Amino acid sequence: MKAIKNTFKELLRYPSAIIGLVIIAFLLIGSIYAMVTIPYKQALVLWRGGEGIWYKSPKYAAPAWMNYFSREKLPLTITQSSADGTAPKTVTPGDTTTEVLITFSFDYPYDDFPQDIAVFFTTTFSGKEPFINMSWITPDGREIRVANFAISESEAYYVSQDEKLQRRLSGLPPEKGLFVADPKEGLTPPVKGTYQLIVDATTFEADSDVDAEMVLYGKLHGVAGTDHLRRDLRIALLWGIPVSLAFGLLAALGTTALTMIIAAIGVWHGGWVDGTIQRITEVNMVLPFLPILIMVGTFYSHSIWVILGVVILLNVFGSAIKTYRAVFMQVKESSYIEAARAYGAGSSRIIFSYLVPRIIPLLIPQLVTLIPAFVFLEAGLAILGLGDPTLPTWGKIINDAQQNGALYKGLYYWVLEPAILLMISGLAFALLGFSLDRIFNPRLRGM
Amino acid sequence: MSEATIPIDAKLTEPIKKKATISTASRVLRYTVVRLFVLFLTVVIAVYLTILIANMGGYVDRIQRGQIQEAVSMQLALSPAFKSLSAEEKQNQMDSMIAIQEKRLGLDKPFLVRSFMYLRNALSLDLGRALQMASDSGSKMVKNVILERLPPTLLLFGTADVFLFILAVLIALSLSRKYGSFFDKVFIALTPTSSAPGWFYGIFLILIFAALLHWLPFGGMVDAPPPSSKFLYALSLLKHMILPVIAIFLSTIFLSAYTWRTFFLIYSSEDYVDMAKAKGLTSRNIERSYILRPTLPTIITSFALIVIYMWTGATIFETVFQWPGLGRALFMAIGLYDTPVIVGSTVIFAYLLVITVFLLDIVYALVDPRVKIGGGESRPQ
Repeated sequence: MKAIKNTFKELLRYPSAIIGLVIIAFLLIGSIYAMVTIPYKQALVLWRGGEGIWYKSPKYAAPAWMNYFSREKLPLTITQSSADGTAPKTVTPGDTTTEVLITFSFDYPYDDFPQDIAVFFTTTFSGKEPFINMSWITPDGREIRVANFAISESEAYYVSQDEKLQRRLSGLPPEKGLFVADPKEGLTPPVKGTYQLIVDATTFEADSDVDAEMVLYGKLHGVAGTDHLRRDLRIALLWGIPVSLAFGLLAALGTTALTMIIAAIGVWHGGWVDGTIQRITEVNMVLPFLPILIMVGTFYSHSIWVILGVVILLNVFGSAIKTYRAVFMQVKESSYIEAARAYGAGSSRIIFSYLVPRIIPLLIPQLVTLIPAFVFLEAGLAILGLGDPTLPTWGKIINDAQQNGALYKGLYYWVLEPAILLMISGLAFALLGFSLDRIFNPRLRGM
Repeated sequence: MSEATIPIDAKLTEPIKKKATISTASRVLRYTVVRLFVLFLTVVIAVYLTILIANMGGYVDRIQRGQIQEAVSMQLALSPAFKSLSAEEKQNQMDSMIAIQEKRLGLDKPFLVRSFMYLRNALSLDLGRALQMASDSGSKMVKNVILERLPPTLLLFGTADVFLFILAVLIALSLSRKYGSFFDKVFIALTPTSSAPGWFYGIFLILIFAALLHWLPFGGMVDAPPPSSKFLYALSLLKHMILPVIAIFLSTIFLSAYTWRTFFLIYSSEDYVDMAKAKGLTSRNIERSYILRPTLPTIITSFALIVIYMWTGATIFETVFQWPGLGRALFMAIGLYDTPVIVGSTVIFAYLLVITVFLLDIVYALVDPRVKIGGGESRPQ
C-alpha cells in the first residue's frame, strides 16, 4: 500500500504523467457517462438505427458548434409537430367536411439552404382519405402553392422530390427555390425571416383527424454531427470510450500477465520446458499476426470478445518473454528462493509467490504502454470492416467515413472526431507509461 | 540446435589479416546455413498453423464443397444431354461428378492428410484458384494475384524502412552528441506519439495534404491513367509515395531515435571510449569505431522489431492509402470473402517475415563479431 502511495507521489513529479492521468480520468468519466445516459441495449438499438429512429436528423451534417467558427451560418434542423403542440392546429367543423389548419411558422436566419423539408402525416379515417393542400409563405409575403394530394394513414412528403413544385420554381430544386427572393433570377442567397408552411387539410368523416410534423433538415446537427444513415455520431463517440478502454486494458493485462507467468514457468522448470517456450516464441515472432487475426475475423466471428481472445493468444509468446526471462534468471539465483526451496515450497508456490511479484515493477510500465497499441488495433480492425457488428466504436465511424468518401466530400468532422479521440486516449496511456517506465527503471532516468 | 563450433580453421602460417577475412566469411556462411534451416522450420510451422486456423472445423473444406456443387450443377445445367435424363439419372450423374471433383481436390481424405497436402501446396506457393479476385493479367491463380501485388508493397515498405533507418541513426547520433539539449528534450517529449500506428498518421496526412491543400494525391500508386513515359511514371509514383513514407516515418521516428540515442549513450559511457578519448583520437573516429560499431547490433535488433511490426500492419496501412499492394489485396479478399486469397496472403506474409528476419540476421552476423553459430541468446529477437 505504501509502495503504491510512494509511486503515485513520485508520478506527480512528472508533468507528462499528470497530463496522462487527467486524460485517463476524463475518459473514465466519459465511459461512465456513456453507460449511464445511453444504456448498452439502447445504444445498440440506436446504432443499428435505420430511418425509423433517425428520420428527424439530416444526413452528413457537421456538428452544430461549427457555426461559432464561420461567418456564414449554416441551417440547423427545425422540427415542429401538431401532435405535441409545437405547431398550432385549428379545427373548423363544417356541414359535411371538417377543415384542419396546421401552421408551421419558423424563423430562418441562416445563410445557406437546408438539405430538405419533409412533412410527415398521420391521419385517422375509416373510408374516405383526407385531402391536403399545402402552401408556403415567404417573409416578404409571397405565397407559393406547394402541393395538394389525398393522404393515407401515414405518409411522408419531401419537397426535394416534388418535380411539379420544381417546375413552378423555375426549375430550382424546391429546398432552395422556396427560400430565394425570386426563383426566376436563379440561385440567390436565402431570404432571412419568418417562413410559414400552411397545411390545410379537409376531412370527410366525423371522427377523422389529421396531424402533421414538419422537419426542416439543416446542414448542422447536434454536438457531433451525423453520418450517412442520419445517426447521431455522439452515440458512437461516447460508447467508443468504454469499448476501446476495455479492449485495450483487457488485452494488455491478459497479454502481460500470461507472458510473465509463462516466462516464470519456463525459467523455473528449465530444460525442455524452457526450450519449448523459447522455440514457440521464435515461431510466434514470424507468425503474421494481423493476417491471422483477419482470417479469424472473417471466417469465425467478428465478436469483439473472440478477437480479444485471439489477440491475447497470439501476443502471449511475444518478444517480452525474453525480457522477463532475463530478469527471472537473475531472481532465480537469489538466496531467498533457495531458502524457500529449503523449507520445501512447491514449484507453483515459488513461481507465484516469489518469482512473479519481483517482476511487477517492470511489468506495470510495459502494461500501460501496451494499451494504446491495442486501442489502435481495435480501431484498425474496424477500418478493415472487421469491427464488432453491433457495437458502436470509433474505428467503425472512421470505416463508415472512409467508405463514404468523407475526405473527398470535405466532411472532415466525420474522420476528425473519432481520430482525435483515438489520439487523445492513445497519448494518455503512452504518456503515463513513459513516466512509469522512468520511475520503475531508474537506470534510464539519467539519460 | 547444434552447439557452437569454432569456425576458424585457417592455417597458422598464413598472414593474420587473411586469416581474419576467411574466418569472418566462413563464420557468416555457417551462421547463414544454420539460420536458414531454423527459419525454414519456423516458416513450415507458421504456415501449418495458418492452415489449421483457416480450416478449423473443416470450414474451408465446406466452402470448397459448396463451390464444387455449384460448379457441377452449372456445368450440367448447360449441357443439352443432361436435360434428357430422368431425375434419378440426373442425381446420379451429378453425385459422381461431384465425387470426382472432390477426389481431385483431395477432399475425401482425412483432415490430417489433407492438412499436410495443403502445407506442401502452400510451401511451394501452389495456393489454388481465387474465387472472385483476378490479377491484372486476368489470371485467377492466387499465386499470380498475390505475386503481382508484391512489388508495390516491397517498394513502399523497403523505401520507408531504408529512409527510416538512415535518418533515425543520424538523428540518434546527433541527439546523443548534444544530449540534454533542446532538441533532445523535444524528441523525448514526442516519444509517446509513436504509440499511434502509421495508418493513423496517414489519415491526418491525407486530410491535410490531399483534402485541404490538394498538393498530393489521396492514395493509389500512380495517376489514372498511368503516364506512358517511364520518367513521368516514376515521377507520378514518387508523388504517390510521399505521404505513405512520411506516415511510416512519423509513426516510428521519435521512439526509435530516442531509444537508439539511449543505446548510444550507454555505449559511449564505456571505459574503452574514455580510453580512446585519452589516446587523443578524433571524435569522428571515436564515434565510428568505438560507439557506432558496438551499438549497431542492438540497433538492428530494435529495427528488426519495427520492421516486423510494420509488415504485420501493412493491411491497414495499404487500405488507408489505397496502395495496390499485398495488404490491400488481403483487404479486398476479406470484402469478397475470397478464402484462397486470404489464406494465400497469410502464407506470403509469413514468408516475408521470415525473409526479413533472415536478412537482418545476416546483417547482424556481419556487424557483430560475437555471433556464434547456434548461440541462441545473441540473435535478434
